[in-house]
Amino acid sequence: MEDAKQLEAFEAKIAAGQKIEPKDWMPEAYRKQLVRMMSQHAHSEIVGMLPEGNWITRAPSLRRKAILLAKVQDEAGHGLYLYSAVETLGVDRTELLKQLHNGTAKYSSIFNYPTLSWADIGAIGWLVDGAAIMNQTALARGSYGPYSRAMVRICKEESFHNRQGYEIMMTLAQGTPEQKALAQDALNRWWWPAVMMLGPSDDQSPNTDQLMRWKVKMESNDAIRERFIDRTVPQAEFIGLSVPDKDMKFNKETGHYTHGPINWDEFFQVIKGNGPCNANRLKARADADKNGAWVREAAMAYAAKQMKEKEVA
Amino acid sequence: MNIQEAKFEYLLRLGDSSLIIGHRLSEWCGHGPILEEDIALINIALDFVGNATSILAYAGQTEGNGRDEDALAYLRSEREFRNLLITEQPNGDYANTIARQFLFDTYMFFLYEELKNSKDETLAAIAVKSHKEITYHLRHTTEWMYRLGDGTAESHERLQNGLNDLWMFTPEMFDMDEVDALLIKEGIVPDLNKVKASWEKRVKEVIAEATLKLPETTFKQKGSREGKHSEHLGFLLAEMQYVHRSFPDSNW
Repeated sequence: MEDAKQLEAFEAKIAAGQKIEPKDWMPEAYRKQLVRMMSQHAHSEIVGMLPEGNWITRAPSLRRKAILLAKVQDEAGHGLYLYSAVETLGVDRTELLKQLHNGTAKYSSIFNYPTLSWADIGAIGWLVDGAAIMNQTALARGSYGPYSRAMVRICKEESFHNRQGYEIMMTLAQGTPEQKALAQDALNRWWWPAVMMLGPSDDQSPNTDQLMRWKVKMESNDAIRERFIDRTVPQAEFIGLSVPDKDMKFNKETGHYTHGPINWDEFFQVIKGNGPCNANRLKARADADKNGAWVREAAMAYAAKQMKEKEVA
Repeated sequence: MNIQEAKFEYLLRLGDSSLIIGHRLSEWCGHGPILEEDIALINIALDFVGNATSILAYAGQTEGNGRDEDALAYLRSEREFRNLLITEQPNGDYANTIARQFLFDTYMFFLYEELKNSKDETLAAIAVKSHKEITYHLRHTTEWMYRLGDGTAESHERLQNGLNDLWMFTPEMFDMDEVDALLIKEGIVPDLNKVKASWEKRVKEVIAEATLKLPETTFKQKGSREGKHSEHLGFLLAEMQYVHRSFPDSNW
């Protein structure tokens, strides 16, 4: 039913590098895809608070504790910002959270892995935020105004997170042998999940053409993955750690690294809900929501009373 | 006891209270009743940890034995901590946390207002910075006192219970001993009776405005001045200190 002329104008606008704003006409498929992507992104931010939040109370120095608090606060802020951006497409936060809690909405597979040592906080900042930045700097050039602007802002903060993570790893790698072992173990556990979090290989990722033309997706998963690997492998070497891939080699002809086979079966298992922490993460979020219900009700009741008093006065 | 020793002891009281209540607040991270509150609580926890860091660093310098803020935070045991008992009390439900924060934030607000005038320049400078932050904290917790107190029947009851349970820990905040006497004489710290008068006035006003009742308990729990804590503190420190203590002499 969509008007062919409207679609043509919409595509021309995008081709010309202009942004689509909330009140502009857009194809339903475009809106749906954006709601899906942006809400997944928002959910990832708030679920992502859990594995890192785990270590705030155990951070090994006051400086690290403060940095981690600030980082997790940033993630919560990103979540809020992104939920608001999704609301410009007509879906409110309560509805999105319902989808998260009942398991119909997805979030990044990476947060279903456990944080088992302090070094994992370094690995998350370095690898997970590092991979996310690769994806998000591309999305900052996307066509939907509110999302692209959110990405610009979020990327700035994520690059701080990335650096603090790498700095944690560097400090550990240059520390005592026990500390270095912690860092290597964290890299071993987080490497493949980070490589996979950029999504399935291009041959398994459908719909890409139209999304690329609409500038919803800016680069293919494999292209982003290649940039992430090219950037990260030398960083590991620089601090004396090695990525757990015996097939990893620098190819002088292409100027890129080639990596060993990725265990996509594990990736799809985690996406399906069978990762080590899926159940715990969802339960933590759902419990927070349930335990907070009376607080939100009280706030609403109080606001209503205040409103009434104002009317009387 | 000389002035330097008294000052070290006093700084531990201030710094430990901020460190421990900041730890408690950080336990809410990711589990708050609404995303906006997650952000607020993490932010406030961060302020407390920042305040504790400045004060414990200064405590270490004052002591002069080469202990820095991390040595003081991570390498002392339960009996050496000087935080007020109220700060180590578990979070409970959100109303309990708000009650604890309100009672403590109000205390800290009036205490630091006085400390801004300290003749000790470093302490005065820390107090100026912290007082700005506490002003926001207190506004946040006071607003929640109104919302929960005058919200629904359930929130009212929960908050009243929280206040009643925590009330016995409040008189300790104003206890004074030889440490205070020495430092008051030097113009370094305020007479806590003055802080107490402001605290009582404000707390009564807010409790009334929030349609709550002033708790009737007159029973008093104390001991933090001598490092006699509730059982909660040991578990808290075990969690807070274990990584640091597991890797002695390491940089982080």
